[in-house]
Amino acid sequence: MNIAALKDLLYRLADDKLILGHRNSEWIGFGPILEEDIAFASMAQDKVGQSLAFYQMLHELGEQEPDTIAFTRTTAEFRCCHFVELPIGDYAFSLVRHYLFDLADMIRLRHLAASSYKPLAELATKLFKEGKYHLMHGRVFMKQLGNGTEESRMKMQTALNEALPYAYSLFEPTIHTEALALAGVQPLEDELMKEWQTELYAFLPICGLRMPNVENFIDHFGGRKGYHTEYLPPLVKEMTEVFAIDPEATW
Amino acid sequence: MKPSFDPRVKRLELPSMESLYEEGELYQWQTYEVFQQQARGDRHMHVGSLHAPNPEMALVLAKEQYGRREQCVNLWVVKTSNVHATRYEDSDMFLHATNKIYREGAGYKVKGTIEEFKHNLDGYLAGSEGNEQKKEVEVVDAPKIANLDRVIRLSAGKNGKPRMILIRKI
Repeated sequence: MNIAALKDLLYRLADDKLILGHRNSEWIGFGPILEEDIAFASMAQDKVGQSLAFYQMLHELGEQEPDTIAFTRTTAEFRCCHFVELPIGDYAFSLVRHYLFDLADMIRLRHLAASSYKPLAELATKLFKEGKYHLMHGRVFMKQLGNGTEESRMKMQTALNEALPYAYSLFEPTIHTEALALAGVQPLEDELMKEWQTELYAFLPICGLRMPNVENFIDHFGGRKGYHTEYLPPLVKEMTEVFAIDPEATW
Repeated sequence: MKPSFDPRVKRLELPSMESLYEEGELYQWQTYEVFQQQARGDRHMHVGSLHAPNPEMALVLAKEQYGRREQCVNLWVVKTSNVHATRYEDSDMFLHATNKIYREGAGYKVKGTIEEFKHNLDGYLAGSEGNEQKKEVEVVDAPKIANLDRVIRLSAGKNGKPRMILIRKI
């Protein structure tokens, strides 16, 4: 097993979930209705919990404690993609991102459940169950608002047009991508992306939405190498604020 | 807003909330009643209500409102407007005018036998070999009658009649 490649993958998975979980938690108390506020916050919390599971696995592979990894790295050390760093925008944007992310996540988890790295396969099997609800929630809201009023459809289409070019950064390849595929840890990023795209093409018409024409999605790559958008540093600063006051404190 | 009758309470003169919102069709979603089932085969129990525009959304929202804290295998949602209820003014009709203890579960004489059976269930099921239960209890394989898994014969009761417990297939 190529440990460097494995760690590279785990950092990507964990950081995506931590940053998106933190982003989505910004809606707490501001959701459109009480019931949805609770549901969305709960899923944000799930994401942070999932990131912890991956950090724990990294720790078992010799990396630092999960809290140390999550709260003391510089932004350049994060391996999240640009898509999860973007601000929450309006609720339509957050919903569309939530759906696009979870669709990609579920496709990835389904493959990881058959990974040659057994601990990862076991974890993926567990997370897949939780992810079922996240994707179901995303699909129902996409359908509901895409087929709702003209105003709601417009908002969703606009959000989709904005979000989609960035969403491809979820599948940004790294120098380890091929080694991971060869070792049977997970398929090539490109293959995952194609699977994701196929599902999108099938699902968007059901929501009354059209697939935007995306060119140059490569523009939004870089996160996997540690190059991030201007939105990440303020997020990390806020996220680590409390931890930084007393890193030795026990919680 | 109506002024308070309590002289200590001075209310802020805010404009009426009604003028702040336009009450259209979508202003307030209808409510759904949520029923949760803790294990397959259990009855669904009413756990609360929520707002949703349709059943699909109601189920999605109910999962996080009600399905995440306690064990849950299944949820039902029912439009509140589809629930028909008796009136509280009539709740006295449920009172028994005369003694009807025979209608209550606790009134059945077999209750003691059932409790005893539940208490000793493990022993009964394991007890075909060697232990003391064997003399009193005979576990036989399901006879080929409708839906029975097995029949457990208990020792005769005080009145001398044989007792039997039938276990239905689930």
